[in-house]
Amino acid sequence: MSALLDHLPEFWQGLVVTLQMTAASFVGAAAVGLVIVAMRVGPVPVLRTVATVYVETLQNLPLLVLLVLAVFGLPEIGLKAGLTTTAIVVIALYEGAYIAEALRSGVNAISSGQGEAARALGLTFGQSLRHVVLPQALRTVVQPIGNIFIALTMNTSLAAAVGVVELTAAANRVNLLEAQPIPIFVGAGLAYAAVAACAGFVTGRLERRLAVAR
Amino acid sequence: MSNLLFDEPGPRARRRIRLATVAGVLVLLALVALAVRQFAANGQLAAERWQPYATWPMWRYLLGGLWSTALAAVVSAAIAMAGGLALALGRLSRRRAVRLPAAAYVEAVRTIPALLLVYLVLFALPRYGLDLPLFWKLVVPLAVSNAAAFAEIFRAGVMSVERGQGEAALALGLTHGQSMRLVVLPQAARRVLPSIVSQSVGLLKDTSLGFVVSYAELLYSGKVLANYNGLLIQTYIVVALVYLVVNASLSALARSLDRSVAGRGGPRRRIIRVPR
Repeated sequence: MSALLDHLPEFWQGLVVTLQMTAASFVGAAAVGLVIVAMRVGPVPVLRTVATVYVETLQNLPLLVLLVLAVFGLPEIGLKAGLTTTAIVVIALYEGAYIAEALRSGVNAISSGQGEAARALGLTFGQSLRHVVLPQALRTVVQPIGNIFIALTMNTSLAAAVGVVELTAAANRVNLLEAQPIPIFVGAGLAYAAVAACAGFVTGRLERRLAVAR
Repeated sequence: MSNLLFDEPGPRARRRIRLATVAGVLVLLALVALAVRQFAANGQLAAERWQPYATWPMWRYLLGGLWSTALAAVVSAAIAMAGGLALALGRLSRRRAVRLPAAAYVEAVRTIPALLLVYLVLFALPRYGLDLPLFWKLVVPLAVSNAAAFAEIFRAGVMSVERGQGEAALALGLTHGQSMRLVVLPQAARRVLPSIVSQSVGLLKDTSLGFVVSYAELLYSGKVLANYNGLLIQTYIVVALVYLVVNASLSALARSLDRSVAGRGGPRRRIIRVPR
């Protein structure tokens, strides 16, 4: 137990990095997801194809392969960025595909009358998406997006495998010093569980508050 | 779906679509040109840097890695499915003493990163005298974490079977176990098949953690190869393409299974995949 308490600063530092990565990549993923879903449900065939290919490609590649490719491969073609920044961008692009799919299933769940009514009022495609369709779609996918957020938090741990010192890597380092794996890894696991529990609580509240009585 | 957000385009809309098409294609071409320029400027397009990937020994090596990936995926999928089924039945049990531990396992494991489990097996178990072979160092954490995911899939499948089915079986005099085995589970199995396949794609993606364990699956084989021949970006691109082909085929299988299940009067569901 003292192994855990003696190294609280390292754990805290790791947790902060994990939370920063989670927040930054979730914001990025939300932006990517919105753009991709707008392309995917839009009327332009080329953009629909591009969005479909994007989603299929990223959902079928392991995140670790993308991280390794970006961290070790991209410097070879002259693209260098900080380790954490690279990891955040890769995770955002990867999770963006999943958010796009969640949003699309929300869009599909809306009754077609909503889109027709928006068009009958003379709204353009972008306007009807922004003012009518997406606000309703978002309400129906709060829970799935919460699950994606939790999975994203877990996925930031993969950045440890390419050298980012976040919570999992911090735990691993402390363990190499102290050689007390059980309390150290259980402590790290509890920290992840706490983040997931917070996210679950928030999505639960959001879902109840946003629920539309039908 | 395609007509939810737009009508048959009129002349003005057709013009706008053409404009957007041209703009989209131009942006794509610009991105491709940029990538090619970066590759060329750093000498990564040179033929001798790609040539090795047209030779058989290279592919024999990479396919060996793919074989190990498949082996790890199949073994951990088998263990995870058996464990998942047990956990799902436990969570649906009428006895609290069975229900609670099963629920606790599923909820706890769902919120622990797979990499943390891998580190636990790599560094914690040997200290307690359990030093597994490399293969099992990868398979055990994957099985542990995926068992929880499979359990949730099976549970959802069992709960999607109409209550009347189980009740009818009980009314015919079958015991609880018999009605589960003979009536409910066969119907649930058919419905969860697409989810099982798409979860297996996720598991196959998880085997890339062999990179950390240094078990020679596809990604780690790629790392060894890249360290040996110094062709970093080429190797990792080829590895990524192999993963893409295998997983995309499996995903396509899941979709076609989903359609055939839906066609046979299965539930119309929304599958929203969770990233892993």
